[in-house]
Order: sequence, then C-alpha cells, then structure tokens
Amino acid sequence: MFYLIIEQALNGLQYGLMLFLLAAGLTLVFGIMDLINLAHGSLYMIGAFLAAAFYQAFQSFFPALLLAIIATALIGAILERVLYRRLQRMSHLSQVLATFALILIANETIKIIFGAQPLMIGMPASLSGPLELVSDELYYPAYRMLIIVVGLAVALGLHLLVNRTRIGMWMRAGASNPEMAAVMGVRIKPLFTFVFALGAALCALAGALLGPLLAVSVGMGESILIPAFEVIVIGGIGSMRGALVGSLLVGMIDTLGRLLLTVGLKLVVDSATAATLGPTLASMMVSVLMVCVLFFRPQGLFPARG
Amino acid sequence: MKSTPSHVRKPETPLLAGLPGPWTAIAVALVLAIYPLIMSSLGEEFYISVGSRVLILALAASALNLALGYGGMISLGHAAFLGAGGYGVAILAKYGVIAAWVAIPAAVGLAAFAALVIGVISLRTRGVYFIMITLAFAQLFYYLAVSLPEFGGDDGLPLSSRSAIPGLSLESDLAFYYFVLFTAGLAFVLLYRLVASRFGRALVAIRENERRMAAIGYPVFRLKLMAFVLSGGLAGLAGALLANLSLGVTPHTLTWHQSGLLMVMVIIGGSGYFWGGITGAAIFLLLEETISTQTEHWNLILGVLLLFIVLVAPNGVMSLRERIIAARRPPSPAHAKAASEENAR
Amino acid sequence: MSHTILQVENLVKRFGGLMATDHCNLEVRAGEIHALIGPNGAGKTTLLAQLCGELAPDSGRILFEGRDITRLPIHKRVGAGIVRSFQITTLLPKLTVRENLALAVQARTGHSFDFLGTVADESDLDEGAEDAARRVGLIDVMEQIVSTLSHGKQRALELGMALACKPRLLLLDEPMAGTDPEESKRMGELIHSLRDEHTLILVEHDMDAVFRLADRVSVLVAGAVIATDTPEQIRNNPQVISAYLGDDESAGPEAVQ
Ligand SMILES: Nc1ncnc2c1ncn2[C@@H]1O[C@H](COP(=O)(O)OP(=O)(O)O)[C@@H](O)[C@H]1O
Ligand SMILES: [Mg+2]
Repeated sequence: MFYLIIEQALNGLQYGLMLFLLAAGLTLVFGIMDLINLAHGSLYMIGAFLAAAFYQAFQSFFPALLLAIIATALIGAILERVLYRRLQRMSHLSQVLATFALILIANETIKIIFGAQPLMIGMPASLSGPLELVSDELYYPAYRMLIIVVGLAVALGLHLLVNRTRIGMWMRAGASNPEMAAVMGVRIKPLFTFVFALGAALCALAGALLGPLLAVSVGMGESILIPAFEVIVIGGIGSMRGALVGSLLVGMIDTLGRLLLTVGLKLVVDSATAATLGPTLASMMVSVLMVCVLFFRPQGLFPARG
Repeated sequence: MKSTPSHVRKPETPLLAGLPGPWTAIAVALVLAIYPLIMSSLGEEFYISVGSRVLILALAASALNLALGYGGMISLGHAAFLGAGGYGVAILAKYGVIAAWVAIPAAVGLAAFAALVIGVISLRTRGVYFIMITLAFAQLFYYLAVSLPEFGGDDGLPLSSRSAIPGLSLESDLAFYYFVLFTAGLAFVLLYRLVASRFGRALVAIRENERRMAAIGYPVFRLKLMAFVLSGGLAGLAGALLANLSLGVTPHTLTWHQSGLLMVMVIIGGSGYFWGGITGAAIFLLLEETISTQTEHWNLILGVLLLFIVLVAPNGVMSLRERIIAARRPPSPAHAKAASEENAR
Repeated sequence: MSHTILQVENLVKRFGGLMATDHCNLEVRAGEIHALIGPNGAGKTTLLAQLCGELAPDSGRILFEGRDITRLPIHKRVGAGIVRSFQITTLLPKLTVRENLALAVQARTGHSFDFLGTVADESDLDEGAEDAARRVGLIDVMEQIVSTLSHGKQRALELGMALACKPRLLLLDEPMAGTDPEESKRMGELIHSLRDEHTLILVEHDMDAVFRLADRVSVLVAGAVIATDTPEQIRNNPQVISAYLGDDESAGPEAVQ
C-alpha cells in the first residue's frame, strides 16, 4: 500500500507538471493580456497531432517533439497577430465566443486532416522500460520519469525567465498592472506575441509528451482545459508560482485523491460503486476547491496583483 | 408625459430596446400555431418535432438571454439548469411520477434551486471569475451525473413515456408540439412581462452601471440573484421539455459545450433583445438542419460563422434593424456634438 | 443648536499596509453644510465610501440618527436617507436624463421586485424625475441621452440623481470637479439652495466655494480629522495651516489640486 501511494504520488506529480505546462501559458495570457482563451486546449491538441504526424514521418520521437513545438509556437504567434490582438480590445463575452468558435474550427480541421481515429506516438525505445526506484519494491516507468524531469526543468526555466530576465520583468509588470505595462508602449506588442508563442510551445510540449501515454484524439483539448482553468483560478490569475502550486495541488488531488477515496469508499459501499465514485469525487473535489478559493480568496492563493 | 410633446420621438435606449409590439407577438403566435398543420398537410411530419425542438431551445436561449443579455451575467454554466430540468423529469419518471403537473413544476423548481445555490456563490465574483465559477459549477453537475449509477452514468436516463396530462396523450408529435407551444408560450409571456416591468428595467440598468444603481438604493445583489434564479428556472423548464421530446436525458446535456451553444444562440439572435434568444435558436437549428445534411463538417461552418459574428456584428441579428435605421438617418446634432467632444479628448 | 445627525467614531480602513482612514472621528449636525477638506489622497473619498456603505470599515462605528449603521448595506442606507454623489461621474450614459432620474425615483418608491406589474402608469416616476430635473436645471434636456450632455450638465445630473432619492444626508464628492467657472458658480448656488432641506457633507477642493458655503469645516489629513470648526476659525488654525493650508510658499490650497 505504501509503495502504491508513492507510485500514485509520482503519477500525480507527473499529471500536475503537465497541467502546469498548459496553465503557465494560460495564466500569462490571462494575466498579461486580460484575455480568456478557451482555445488554449486546442493548441495542446494541435501540438499533439503535429507531433504524431512528425513521428509518423520520421519514426523518431525527439525530432518529432521538437518540430511540433516549433510549429505550434508559430501557429500561436500567427493567431495572436491576426485574431487575439483584436479580441483583446473586446468584451469578455466576445472573447469567450470567439475562442469557442476557434475550438470548433480546430476540432473540425483536425478531423478533416487526420481523420476521426485517434493517433499513437511511439515512445523512445530506450525509455520504454521501468526504472527501479527501490530495489524489488518500487518500479516506475522510465518514460513517466522523463516527463517529470522535463516538467521540473521547464518549471525551473520559466522561473528563471520570469524572475531573472528583462522579458520576465515586463511579463511580471504586465500581469500585476496591465495599465502600467501599457504605458511602456511599443514593447508590449511583441511581448504579447512572444507570450502567446511561448504558451503555444508549452502546450505542444505537453501534448507531445503525453502522446505516448494517451491516445492523441480530437477533443483532448477540451478535457484538459477545465482543469487548467481551475489551476489558474486556484493559483491566482497571472501568477506563475500560483500556476505551479495549483497544478501540483490539482494533480495530487486528482490522482492521490482518486486512490484514497476509492480505497476509503470501499469500506462504506461495495467495491464496484467505490470504483466509479472515487474518481468522480476526486474530480469534483478539484471543482469544489476552485469554488472555495473563489469564494474565500477571490484573487487566488498567490495573487499576481496587489 | 406632461412636459413632453407627443410628437417628440423618444430615443431608443437600452431600457426600451427590442421590446416587441403586440402585433408582432400575435403574428408570431399565429404562425407557430398553424405551422404543424401546414407541415402535416405537406406530409412532412418530421418537421413537427423539429418545430418542437426549435421552440424548446428558443426557450432555453431566451432564459439565458435574461441573465446574459438583460442582466449582463456571462454564465458559461447554463447547461446545468437545462440538465437539472431534464434529470428532474427523468428521475421522477423512474419512480413512477409522470403526471406533467407534478413532474414539470418539480423539475423547474429543482433547476431554480440549483440556480439559487450557484447564484448566491457566483454572484459575489466579477468578470472572468464569474465566467469561470459558473463553468466550474456546471462541471460539478456533469461529474455528478456521470458518476452516480442512480442517474444512469454515461448513458443517462431514458424516459419510457412522456409526461402525462389527464385526458390528453402527448405521445403523438402533433399533440406534443402544441403542449410545447402552450408551455413555452406562457413562459415567453412571463419573460416579456419580466423584461418590460420595473424589475426588468432595473436589471438592464444594473447591467449598464452596477455601481450607480447601488448608490441610488437598489439591492443589486438580490435583483441579480432573482434574475439568475428565474433564468435558471426557465432553462430548467426547457430541459424538462427537451427530455420529454427526446425521451431521455444524457450527461451530454450538461457539458460546457452545451452551455457554449446556448450562448452562441443568444449571440446570433442578439443578446438583450426580446426576440434575440428565439431568433438565435431558430437560425441556429435551421442552419444545423440544412447544413449537416450537406456536409459532416457543420461545426467548422458554425465556428467560422460565429467568429464572423463576433468580429463583425457583435450585437447579433436583432441589432441589424437598428443599424439600418441609424445608417439611414443623418446623425442628430446632439450626437454629432458628443462625437466631436469625444474626439477633442 | 441642532442635533447630531451623523457620528463617526474611530473609523479605520486599511488598504494593505496603507491606513486610508486612521481612527477618524467626525460629527455632523442636522441641517448644516459640513465641508470636508484635505490634500489629495487624504482619504476623503474613502471616508465617504464608508459612510454610504460601499466600503466596509475595518473597525470603528458609524451612527446615523443615533442608530449604528456600520454594517448596513448600501441600499438600506439609501432607504434611511444617506445618499452620495461620485467624484468621477457615474451615470447610465446610454439612457436619457429622464430614464436616469426615473430609475432613482423607482428605487425609492419600490416595486423593483414587482415583476409583472405593467409600467404603463409612469406618472409617479415622471413626476419625481421632473422635480429633480427642475432642481438641477436639466428639465429642458430630459429626453437627451446622457452621454451627449456637456460635462457640466453631467455633473448636475450626478447631483440630480442623488436628489431624486430624497436624501436627508447628502454626501457630495467634489461636485465641481472639472467644471468651468460658470458651471462651478451655478453648482455653488445649487448647493446653497439645498441647505434648507438637506444636511450636506461636501468634499471640495475649491477653497473659495468651501469657505463661502460651509457652516463648518473638517480637515482630513492622512485619514484622520485634525480639526473641525467654523470656516473663519479653520482659516486661522495654526495646526491646519501647517498641515494642509501650507505656510507661505507653494502649498496654498490651489496647489493641492
Ligand atoms: N481601492 C483602493 N485600494 C488601495 N488603495 C486605495 C483604494 N482607494 C483609495 N486608496 C488609497 O487610499 C488613499 C486615500 O484615497 P482617497 O480616499 O481617494 O483620497 P482623497 O479622496 O482624499 O483624494 C490614497 O492613498 C489612495 O491611493
Ligand atoms: Mg477623492
């Protein structure tokens, strides 16, 4: 049982870090541009599909990953230039509708290009085995470990970018005080494009990394969008630290909560019911957590403003 | 009206925008009443139930329009109320309660109660947070419906027969159409009275400037909550009718995609206009009906259309009339002055 | 001497580390025009916001007619007779002057939860709206959309909205802000004409207007009232002069703006 919990905790960490990749971009766009982007999940889907396509072309994981990231970042930058820049000046309602429209367009376009069947990305052969963490007791898939390592590295990289560079300084200024940032004038537009492209790249990274674990399918964007939104609301919109803590919290609740609730429920109800109820309750707990945060600490756990 | 000469035309302001005249309403009612007769004489029985569907979604969209268009509350969770109404009817039916006069009011009550709970918490938040929290609540309902075996899980709950009215069977599409027309008609009359009443004006004014309305003594929170609950209740009525139409309810009704579609209907028609929800739902369903027979990529076309509307005609179809009128009329001196002042700043 | 209508006791409001209201004490007598002056950022607007209920104080009490209203929501305070106007014009810009004022009357006469009542009979709202419009000189522009009015007329409507609520205690936040000298003069006369029916708290930067209109003046510095007295006494109060009105050089009252 103890090692099962450790393993689930690692899974939670892995899921949380992938959520973080999405939430980081989302929270920056939200915080700096004051823009609701429902289509953020679509970039994740597009990234995963591109990775799958490149993988089929080259039969090699890492080049496919890299190409997918670059291509998605480009798509993000173009979208920012032609669409989001205009949306930024419009009402939240318009933003919701336009990005909802983007989801419909993205899903359908992907369907037209790739068909309705899910695609697979093969994982690199060298990482397909398990890793022995505690001899004979705890094995953990090497590929999942890679995801954790990459996630942590990206988190560190983003931390350095935001706190140690000039671009990061602008980003922080933008998130904490959009008007002030606007006064900085000329620099703000390229900054938006950069932030958007960065967000798209992180989406693609998450999509491609998860490709070998999940099926790459139409609609995968919507299912991860809700948790990503919950993460940034919990963490505090615009706050990178909030996004990280929120992601890990949500990842842990979802994964560990699922296990513990299922086990706990088995003591009360029959095991079939517990098996369906546990995961749902865990998902609901995340929503409940978000509602509570909004109610008691509307600015989130780590507010970027004020 | 003592001090204003009657020949001075009142300018159309948001308080009066888009309220229908009685003749329009009567004409629409007449057309809707003879519609199924025409369809059955043409032998197109299928379009009778399409008509029911349009009416029901028109009601759902109008319910959302009350909160979104009139009250300015951008709810991305109205699917929850649609679902509450549907599940309300289906669960009661599962326990043998099929009498319409019990089941439908109970379903509406359930949806209104859900709206009360969600509203009390959500209306304390602003802007994007309101959007997110309504979305999260709807998502909670979705998880609940999917997980509880009591609610049929992924498959949802079937309805073995439609709600029953003594002396009248609703099993035929024609009878059900008239039942829907009657019920939705009542709801539309109620909605009209709501938005034309002092309550409706206060609501629109709160949308325009909440702070000002609070400062002159309106209990803003309670008024918005009331509108939200009424909106939720009416959406619940639509949900109850929808479950009756499709003889069952699935968790799909509760997805945020569904909330988004309702919002799309309101926007196509024109948010904050009385006919907005109705026009929007009708246009949406007719487009869907015609386009999806031609191509399987209806969603692509919808997406492009929606993007176009947001970027080019953000106030929807109902606002086109005003735009045309405004374009024909030379700008009044007062407007010209305001514009020049605006430029001077 | 008339009775105390409003009593503020040890009011405190913090914004993060900043004490915007710092153990503020204030006493306003029924029927007086009580001016509230102080440098920018002294916390005048913040104090008014707490008096009308828009902001909740962190501690302290507000008594209106001897009754503790510290926790009363805004609309109940309006019902009790405390109404404010805004320093930054806050109106319903897309509506007509008549509709703006009628909404204020409607708030007072109730029926806002009357969903089904027809609104055909508007005579009560119209009467109230026209009364208020006449008071502030807007009767000729009743059917105009507010956003098309001049700034001075919008300031007048700002006051008209408050008057339409039939207040007993009016809180005016810089009613002359941004008006030209002519409009400013008219606003001064208007305020003067209100003294018979209302008690007023007047926040104003125009010292001439303040010393002309006010019965008593309170000086707010850094969130606390440092002196309350007649205009003459305030003008000569050494503490006030050093803290606010300034010694000789630049810091005359005009410089504060
Ligand atoms: N909502 C707020 N959040 C943080 N600080 C505020 C807020 N409102 C006012 N302040 C600060 O409180 C102080 C008093 O402001 P204010 O009441 O507007 O002063 P005055 O009206 O006397 O010019 C100022 O320093 C201002 O920056
Ligand atoms: Mg001020």
